[in-house]
Amino acid sequence: MRAILLRLVGAIPTLFGVVLVTFLLTRVLPGDTATYFAGPTASPESIAQIRTSLGLDRPLPEQFWRYLVDLGHGDLGMSLTTGQPVKTELVNRLPASAELTLCGLLLAIGIAVPLGVLAAVRQGSLIDHACRVVATAGVSLPVFFTGLLLVYVFYFLLGWSPAPLGRLDAFASAPKQHTGFYLVDTLWAGDFETFRAAAAQIILPAGTLALFALAPIARITRASMLAVLGSEFIRTARASGLSGPTVVLTYALRNALLPVVTVLGMVFSFLLGANVLVEKVFAWPGIGSYAIEALIASDYAPVQGFVLTMAVLYVLLNLAIDLVNRAIDPRARRGA
Amino acid sequence: MSAAQTSTFAHARYVLGENPVTLIAALLFAGYAAMAVLGPAIAPYDPLASDTMRALQAPTWAHVFGTDQLGRDILSRVIVAARVDLGIALASVVLVFAAGGLAGLAAGFFGGWVDAVVGRIADTIMAFPLFVLAMGIVAALGNTIPNIVLATAIINFPLYARVARAETMTRREAGFVDAARLSGHRDGALLVLQVLPNIMPIMVVQMSLTMGYAILNAAGLSFIGLGVRPPTAEWGIMVAEGAGFIVSGEWWIALFPGATLMLAVFCFNLLGDGLRDIADPRRRT
Amino acid sequence: MKRRVFLKSAAGAAALAAPAIKQAAAQPAPTRNETLILVQEYGPNSMDMQGIGAAQPVNGVSLNCYDTLIRFKRKPFAEGVTVFDLENFEPGLAASWQTASDGMSCTFKLRDNAQFHSKRPVTARDVKWSLDRAVKIGGFATTQMAAGSLEKPEQFVAVDDKTFRIDFARKDKLTMPDLAVTIPFIIDSETAMANAAGDPLAKEYLKNNVAGSGAFKVESWKPGTETIYVRNDDWACGDLPKLRRVIARDIPSPSTRRALIERGDADISYGLPPKDFKDLADAGKVRVAAVPVPNAIWYVAMNTANSPFTDVRLRQAVAWAVPYEKIMSAAMFGRGVPMYGGPQPVAKIGWPVPSHYKVDMDKAKALVAAATGGAGLTTSLLFDAGSATIAEPMAILVQESLAQIGIKVELNKVPGANFRGELNKKTAPMVINRFGGWLDFPDYFFFWNYHGNNSIFNVASYQNKEMDKLIDAARFAPDAASYERDVRGFLDMGMDQVPMVPVCQPFHDVAMQKYIGGYHYAPSREPDFRYLTKGA
Repeated sequence: MRAILLRLVGAIPTLFGVVLVTFLLTRVLPGDTATYFAGPTASPESIAQIRTSLGLDRPLPEQFWRYLVDLGHGDLGMSLTTGQPVKTELVNRLPASAELTLCGLLLAIGIAVPLGVLAAVRQGSLIDHACRVVATAGVSLPVFFTGLLLVYVFYFLLGWSPAPLGRLDAFASAPKQHTGFYLVDTLWAGDFETFRAAAAQIILPAGTLALFALAPIARITRASMLAVLGSEFIRTARASGLSGPTVVLTYALRNALLPVVTVLGMVFSFLLGANVLVEKVFAWPGIGSYAIEALIASDYAPVQGFVLTMAVLYVLLNLAIDLVNRAIDPRARRGA
Repeated sequence: MSAAQTSTFAHARYVLGENPVTLIAALLFAGYAAMAVLGPAIAPYDPLASDTMRALQAPTWAHVFGTDQLGRDILSRVIVAARVDLGIALASVVLVFAAGGLAGLAAGFFGGWVDAVVGRIADTIMAFPLFVLAMGIVAALGNTIPNIVLATAIINFPLYARVARAETMTRREAGFVDAARLSGHRDGALLVLQVLPNIMPIMVVQMSLTMGYAILNAAGLSFIGLGVRPPTAEWGIMVAEGAGFIVSGEWWIALFPGATLMLAVFCFNLLGDGLRDIADPRRRT
Repeated sequence: MKRRVFLKSAAGAAALAAPAIKQAAAQPAPTRNETLILVQEYGPNSMDMQGIGAAQPVNGVSLNCYDTLIRFKRKPFAEGVTVFDLENFEPGLAASWQTASDGMSCTFKLRDNAQFHSKRPVTARDVKWSLDRAVKIGGFATTQMAAGSLEKPEQFVAVDDKTFRIDFARKDKLTMPDLAVTIPFIIDSETAMANAAGDPLAKEYLKNNVAGSGAFKVESWKPGTETIYVRNDDWACGDLPKLRRVIARDIPSPSTRRALIERGDADISYGLPPKDFKDLADAGKVRVAAVPVPNAIWYVAMNTANSPFTDVRLRQAVAWAVPYEKIMSAAMFGRGVPMYGGPQPVAKIGWPVPSHYKVDMDKAKALVAAATGGAGLTTSLLFDAGSATIAEPMAILVQESLAQIGIKVELNKVPGANFRGELNKKTAPMVINRFGGWLDFPDYFFFWNYHGNNSIFNVASYQNKEMDKLIDAARFAPDAASYERDVRGFLDMGMDQVPMVPVCQPFHDVAMQKYIGGYHYAPSREPDFRYLTKGA
């Protein structure tokens, strides 16, 4: 418990750094927020009026202090592009991003772990090389390009996947919210038709993300499998006459998963930030697309809110990985 | 020394022989390097010259990759773009190698408050959603090539600083450093003359691996509209422009630059893997 | 401190407002033929078109969910397409109206049966409150009202419950049309004030809620995702719309919007690149309603206040060197009306009209040589990344062509927020942009773009006393003959001095399935659901 508290306190300078850098960065943005939102026919007076009402005419340290005070009250400010409080929007949109990222991650695990295991078992074989090439190819694709290509092929040419209209097609209505994950909430409500609709919508964007996540997972699986397969106890198990698949699946894989779990945490946090482009391509109403639009419009508050949310998630995720590691692996405890 | 060199060379030959994928990647790399160096000299057409009478033509023998919306030859633009893209990637990697590598080196060697400061900076950067940080930097400073290079370097900083720090720490107490210290070398000299050369191989591997990421990052920025300025040919921008034409059936505008871009990143990633095998056989994965 | 209070009350208002907007209709569910699916790039950022910072799609909320006193009559334009008639009106909330004999006021009789969505009857007090608000609130709404000489609350008089009078500040032909656009919409003042939390203009409440009498209500609004409209079955100001439910989805990718309409998953698709509209129109599977945007042009402006384009010869050189035909084919894909190669003086009274310029490189070279002594020059050209689909190819073609006459141009592509800021600074030597006024008069366009009052749209910073005199005279011309003389005067002067080079008048294209009928083009360019029909 004390260790957790210490970690959290230790993260405060990092978070403060993030807040400060984001604040400075957004204030340097060349776009003039007041001019933009005064509308096309604004007079200098109305621009000045807006600047005052947004507090943009104050000195920077004062603006920063106000921002911190607001943050202390849990107030992330208002988005000028969507006209809504940033906190509400982030809370509404975060489940969409998290669901997409998780699905992408699960898909990637489903492909990458077997691939990594296979590559490790048949080290140096054609499969090993193929695994390396496939995983590297996945991480070499610009996600926006892959996304567009998938839409073109699977929606436009083949008609297999539904229109990329966001989380649900236009005639379906959103399930009652429990978790914010449509796939979970529809099952919760027993609404299988909507579940299918939501699943159909998420496949392509999740697949696009998964391609990107293949490489790190496949690599670490292969490496950690190789290490375990070369270890004493596996040799003992083999020597004692256990069959190949049993050894690989029950003994080796279980022991090889620890580093994989650690990497998964990192990949998840990376994907959550990297899916901004995927969200843009698939009209996915997540926090990434929200942040991009805001950044282009020099709309400070959503950008700051988004970055802060991601930073907090990052800190929490790291903490969780640490805790999981300590729980599984006693050796990690000594390090602290 | 020469014996060591021979053995490294022999090891490299062994790895390349053992691993045909790395060999292919090396050949590909040579191709890209040639494209970047020769550029305009081998482009069949002027990459900037429009010809609206020939706009949006599918690939033919005259225009092997077809033409774009303004009738510019896509093959020529793809070739000329190599210098821009590889230039951005190389510059950012060299920059981050200098900044992140030295910071990590110092952190690992001196420890104490230097280590704490570098660690904090790296932590803070890592806590950002990296692509959005790059977007923010370019949006704030303006979309010019130096700023894209800078943004790409900054988001790679933690990676370099950490690798350099870890490598330095394992070598700090190594015998040769002690020997040098005993023979009266000062810390600074020690760092540059003794430790740096020893962590070089692993840093070079890191550079090769991040080259690909740097290219992707620049292309992503272009896709958002924060890339190099028109009419400069750059793979990411060409994909972004072509993306709008995929649904209408003019697939070649995005496909060829996209494939070239992908292959370049692919090549750097494989090459990085291969170099790692050569530089550090222990870590072979 | 003040800011925090403002933001807090905003959050509070939104929370209060939420249940009202999520209310669902308790009638039999609308069928697919009564439900329209529309895809657009981005949706409304507010429900209040009068509010500061309201984006273009908010006009649609105003159009469909609120009423105005009077509406523009519709006139047929093409098969299945009607456009607004700038000078003829039909009853909106006002059943009838009468201009005073001295021409200095107009009295409106409100409909007896008109009621707000709250079931409150519409009264003259609501009308006064709404118009007062439009002239007081500041920003775009107030500017637009002033364009029709609607400037002060004292001009608006609630005579009795159902009678309302507007006293004119001056005789202005724009006053009546300005009452029919999407700014002077009528708000349920009691509902607004009851929820205003002390704000006399109820800004936060109206930003998040519709308090109108219009043909549609907003059933749900998820900013950045979708807006769902349902029909107001008690609408009194016209024939009940055929559509009962409209789902407007925000789809940022234009490729996706095209795919959706082509595959039949959307009924109407807004805002595609011109290339896609051309393809769709050529393929003929869906209908493309193309209306040349009244009053609007794409232009290349040159800063007349700063070197080098203070020299009219250089501006004319550019006008002779803009590659018009190439732009029409490679940037516009033919989705516009050419505005070059016309006679000099101009052929007709109106805007836009073709200029007398066409590509003549020799003439252009000679002019540059005369102005620079053969040295040539280097300059830069600014355009908005947000409209890059058209502006970027246009800019590249201009750049290439000007290089041939010794003008080296560097392209400066900036995101929307910066673009507005750059325009405001008025330092960019060259700008590619598009402008169109809602009120389609040549003097209106010239007032914004050429007048010495130097509005943000006078991108060229053009200052010319004679020009101002002609524009001002035309705006308040006493008779047709003098109007025609003054308009001719400033049109020809504008073409000769070319602070901005007209290139083309863009089409406003909308792609829709063939079974969609009743498409109407309103000045705000937003879709009018009231007349749309779906099904055979």
